[in-house]
Amino acid sequence: MFISKYEKILIPVIAIIAGIILGMIIIAICGLNVGNLFTALLQGATGIKAGSGLNLRYPGELIVTSMPLILTGLAIGFAYRCGMFNIGAEGQFIIGGLFSCYFAILCPMPSPFGVILALIIGGIGGALWAFLPGLLKVKFNISEVVTGIMLNYTALYSSNYFIKILPGSSATRTVDIPDSMNLTSDFLSSITNNSRLHWGFIVVIIAAVAYWFIIEKTSFGFSLRATGFNKEGARYAGIKDGQSTVISIMISGFLAGLAGALVVLGTFAYGRVLSAMENYGFDGIAVALVGGCNAIGIVLAGILFGLLKVAETILQTSGIPREIAQIVSSSIIFFVAIQYAIKFLLDKLNNKLSGSKNTKTKKKGEAA
Amino acid sequence: MDIIVSMFPSAMMIAAPIIIAALGGLFAERSGVINIAIEGIMTVGAFVAATVCVLLESNPSLGAYAGWIGVLAAMIAGCVYSILLAVSAINFKADQTIAGTALNLLSTGLCVFLCQIIFDQQRTQSFSRGISQIKDVPILSDIPIIGDMLFSGIYPTIYVAIILVVFVYFLVYRTAFGLRLRSCGENPHASASAGIDVIRMRWIGVLISGLFAGMAGGMMVLTSSVQFAASSIHGVGFIAIAALIFGKWNPWGVLGAGIFFGFSSALGTRASLIPLLNMIPSEFYSCIPYVLTIVALVVFSGKSVAPKAEGQIYDAGKR
Repeated sequence: MFISKYEKILIPVIAIIAGIILGMIIIAICGLNVGNLFTALLQGATGIKAGSGLNLRYPGELIVTSMPLILTGLAIGFAYRCGMFNIGAEGQFIIGGLFSCYFAILCPMPSPFGVILALIIGGIGGALWAFLPGLLKVKFNISEVVTGIMLNYTALYSSNYFIKILPGSSATRTVDIPDSMNLTSDFLSSITNNSRLHWGFIVVIIAAVAYWFIIEKTSFGFSLRATGFNKEGARYAGIKDGQSTVISIMISGFLAGLAGALVVLGTFAYGRVLSAMENYGFDGIAVALVGGCNAIGIVLAGILFGLLKVAETILQTSGIPREIAQIVSSSIIFFVAIQYAIKFLLDKLNNKLSGSKNTKTKKKGEAA
Repeated sequence: MDIIVSMFPSAMMIAAPIIIAALGGLFAERSGVINIAIEGIMTVGAFVAATVCVLLESNPSLGAYAGWIGVLAAMIAGCVYSILLAVSAINFKADQTIAGTALNLLSTGLCVFLCQIIFDQQRTQSFSRGISQIKDVPILSDIPIIGDMLFSGIYPTIYVAIILVVFVYFLVYRTAFGLRLRSCGENPHASASAGIDVIRMRWIGVLISGLFAGMAGGMMVLTSSVQFAASSIHGVGFIAIAALIFGKWNPWGVLGAGIFFGFSSALGTRASLIPLLNMIPSEFYSCIPYVLTIVALVVFSGKSVAPKAEGQIYDAGKR
């Protein structure tokens, strides 16, 4: 199946529109006000609400929610470009959060270095958690999908244990992470009407640029892409495919771990005992696919899915069950997954259009 | 010893849905489709079963059977929900893992949404009975030790699971249909040239897996909980996939793996009562199925245990 550059952009857009239309239909069937969906999305994106003016808290929260999604999106996208499906990003996210949380609480350091080191250690935690799926894939030809799923739950349960045994932890959370070791900022919070906005956005920007640079501009990135595109061909060209498989899934894990660190150090500023998966890793699949696995696309898609998450609370207060946002975002993944069908419809539509054009020009020709 | 005997009913209660869902996964994977969506289908089944149970319980004539009617409804719902996987993975040639993940995410959103519409809260109302335990199976429960372990105070779901294991074994390994189904998971192009309709077989595989996973979800919520909530299934669908792998994609193996995982999970909640075992944190027991499955994968690797064409998109034009 050949997908042109133009269709690469068109298909995700169609999927997004189809997902929103599905959401509208469900809301309408339940006899609720469809318009509230759009006012909630508008309020979530801009903070503007008819009647009560501008509230910068919402855009602030939008950025906070989007940041980890962009990072997990970059993580999934990176592995995908290298021919792997890193469904284990969820677990790498959890372990990244755990590592940075341990470091931040147990080894407090002066301000900028401490927090930077905590972030890097979170990333390393994710990378280590991604090492096993990569190794098993190369050594034993075991699908990284199955290993990833199993490690997701292993990460969830073991992280909960290690969070609970930290000194001062309650049954649900750790102590607060010291100010010098977290990303929170009174300044950023105050300019966005007390949102949780933190310095993490700098990390996200660096990660997105690095992603673009590694994949598009370095020979290392080229060899990774070549392996993903055609493993045998790459090996023939002298690329060590086993090594690059392990390295690329570890880079992917680093990005997912960074996302976990960001949530722990920035959004909450304490470690949490998780009762269930938070789906940051799974949502990252959506972000990567909708973003076409390229840096700019992923950033935009991350903001879109962040917007759907932020809109949840607004929807709930306006009388629409908040889960509609989750229905819309998961159906968008579904529609992207069936891009074959979308492409088939597009081709049919194109043929019809060009077909009718042809007959028209023919008729014109005959008339002349 | 007493503790081990007393663990049996709860271990079996946990094992039953794992075994049934894994048998469902077996149908899909044997036909060549990886069903990552088992977790999601179970969630749908659990929601439907709990809802039907709550709504029927007060009905004077049907009330006594509300639980089992709920399970039946869950099976139908699971089957219908799995149509989405079949259409996308078989006809539209979607990546099976991506489509399955989408269905997992969609299921919780959809079910909790419907809870809010029907019950005005993020969970169903609680049902009073669900599926109840069998107090004593006549005669069999009088057998010393075994009677206490397997035939008294036990949920009937484990009996259903064992019957299904036998049934699936005969269907998949002893009938022409089973042979055709398995061939589509090993080498679909060869099957097609032998006159087998691969698309049709894969559809059947996925739909049966939906039926089983829906049943498993329904049974799970009706035996181990008093209502449906977003966290009702909490990873059991993935444990079922683990049981399928650990059981070498074979019904008897699935039975053994399911019971083993049921025990490890029951141990997690009771370990604090048992000397020596209480040194190990309960979270460790929750990890056992997942960690062992990774070990099993390494041990099985290179021995071609898994269906060969599993996860591959079938394209009749591609050789």
